[in-house]
Amino acid sequence: MPPLSLLEQSLITGLLTGGLYGLLALGLSLSWGLLRLVNIGHFAIALLGAYLTWYCGTVLGIAPWWAGLMIIAAFFVYGIGLHWLFMRFRVTEMASMLITFALAIIIESIIQSIWTADFRRYETPWGAQSWVIGALYLPKLSLIAFGVAIALAAATWAWLRYTYVGRALRACAEDAPIATAFGINHRGLSFLLSGLCAAYAGVAGVFIALVATLAPSEIWAWVGVVFAVVIIGKLGNPLGALAGGIFIGVCEAMTMAVVNPSWAPLVSFSVLIAFLLFRPRWI
Amino acid sequence: MTTKRIPSIWSRRQVVAGLGGLAVYAAARPAAAQAPAGKPIKIGQALALTGPFAQTGLVHKIVSEYYVDRLNKTGGLLGRPVEYVLLDDQSKPDVSRTLYERLITSDNVDLILAPYGTASILAAMGVAQRYHKIFIQNTMGVPSLATYEWQFAALVAGASPEKTLPEKTLDCYASTGHPPKTIAIITSKFPSTEFTAKGMQTLAKARGIEVLAFLEYDVGNRDFGSIAARIKAADPDYMFMGCLGVEGNQLLEALTQINYTPKRHFYLFPSGLLATYPPAERAMSLTTLEDVEPYLSNPEIAEFAKGFDAKAKALNLPYPHIDSQAGNEYAGWQILVAAVKATKSLEDKKLADWLEHNSVDTVVGKRDFTGKFHTSSSDMQQLRQVQNGRWVTVWPKAEATPGVKLLAP
Repeated sequence: MPPLSLLEQSLITGLLTGGLYGLLALGLSLSWGLLRLVNIGHFAIALLGAYLTWYCGTVLGIAPWWAGLMIIAAFFVYGIGLHWLFMRFRVTEMASMLITFALAIIIESIIQSIWTADFRRYETPWGAQSWVIGALYLPKLSLIAFGVAIALAAATWAWLRYTYVGRALRACAEDAPIATAFGINHRGLSFLLSGLCAAYAGVAGVFIALVATLAPSEIWAWVGVVFAVVIIGKLGNPLGALAGGIFIGVCEAMTMAVVNPSWAPLVSFSVLIAFLLFRPRWI
Repeated sequence: MTTKRIPSIWSRRQVVAGLGGLAVYAAARPAAAQAPAGKPIKIGQALALTGPFAQTGLVHKIVSEYYVDRLNKTGGLLGRPVEYVLLDDQSKPDVSRTLYERLITSDNVDLILAPYGTASILAAMGVAQRYHKIFIQNTMGVPSLATYEWQFAALVAGASPEKTLPEKTLDCYASTGHPPKTIAIITSKFPSTEFTAKGMQTLAKARGIEVLAFLEYDVGNRDFGSIAARIKAADPDYMFMGCLGVEGNQLLEALTQINYTPKRHFYLFPSGLLATYPPAERAMSLTTLEDVEPYLSNPEIAEFAKGFDAKAKALNLPYPHIDSQAGNEYAGWQILVAAVKATKSLEDKKLADWLEHNSVDTVVGKRDFTGKFHTSSSDMQQLRQVQNGRWVTVWPKAEATPGVKLLAP
């Protein structure tokens, strides 16, 4: 049996990794669940955000929080533009997956042509710092990312549940023509939501830059596990996306701690298959 | 009308001497300086320019382009210019296979050089075998799989690196008088890294070193937090990591976050970037070439180092210096060019026959192909260590960077 401290430390690792999964899953889940658009380009945008954060920090000397604000604003506009294209060409759910897949490849190529395929690392004074509680270490940046993921997921959930705009968005997702008949501006709201999803990718990108080493191909490293998180957490459910991320993150970390690390990737997909087979009410 | 002769500033004797000197200079000038002419010789290669191995592929690309550029500036090959045909295999062996088919049958290249990485090399080797092309590779981590008779390894790792490399690392630490008593082995499931890590496990057991952990992770693993926690819990005297690229950095970052510094640590195929990461101080790895002495005392290496640095800096690479990856690619070119020059031929059979019976001086050492699977007769690799943010050579002692000592607490 592994020592208790190892299990506790792995649990923390899993929670924090799960927070990042949740942060990445948030925009994807909303886009898929409420706009019926499967945006694989979300991962590419997140990584582009990470590269921009790194570039601003290491080349232009702009602090990550200022860079983050600029990136989030720019990505919001990008999200609106992308959605305008989708609406203009009446892109369906399946077609959106193919188009955004192509978009992700284009963004990967752009990143590589600008910053080459070599690894990029954003060294900050906080990168190696941790808060210590007894024998346990809580990496500062990962913990902040976790906190931001919780705050964003909770705020988005409350926005969708308690505000007129949020309820209208959910109504549009259920039945857009009927919602429109009730006077809801479906088109305008969908632009807002698309911009928001892209902005969430920007937030995830800032934290990816701060906690991970960057390479253009990293776009694809997240796709499988985050898709599993989105499905497990229920499409369009911000708290579900976070909970799914944490669940998968903890499962992976405990597998690494107790069995062999090479088994960890099996976990997310085994869990996904189990969820799909037994179909809990929320899926 | 009379004309007044204007006295010349040149005397006839001076002119004759000057012309004579020019003739002597032209004759003595290396063939290298003569401009190549005629139909270009096409040499084709596919490299991982995108995908997970693109970082290393980029190093190989820089080297190949540098080499071809230099070759053309110094007379080309057989007096003809060399055209380098480079394709992107996307880090995928199946794509590599298709691209080598294309290079040979559609692009009609005269010669080929192998791609980067064991899996892609194996895929491309099948194509080379089918078309009877000489196949010089420089990154095959599992030599015993290279059974094609016209395959030649530019590596100087010998036929059994899974035995000789672990021996080298343990011998190196044994030289300190206090060899490790416990070890933790962490490895990617990539063929060559897992192969060597298992060799390390076998040797450690044979030498009575307790193996506290043998942890495998999938290629592309992102989260090293739990692996770091397991290493900290095991607290080995020696941590051996069969890593590729940036994985070494990722594990060290995770270890740093839980306030653990490995006592002695080795990384099999790390990115050059590892050296720039402060917690990597005293990290070890293998090498065949670095941007330090004693390598730089070879003028060709010094020139290569300068040229590579310039290209890498222009691309803003974080570690713009030559290393064993760069050296191995360069050596592959040197071997191919040496065979062509010696035989004055582009016929694959003639080139293969020549290499079978000769050796070539390369930047990574004298390459003979007398070892099994056309590897070197022995493992001639050195061990390097991160000291003050740079890789320096520490083992064998006779080949260490002057003034540098192994740091092993």
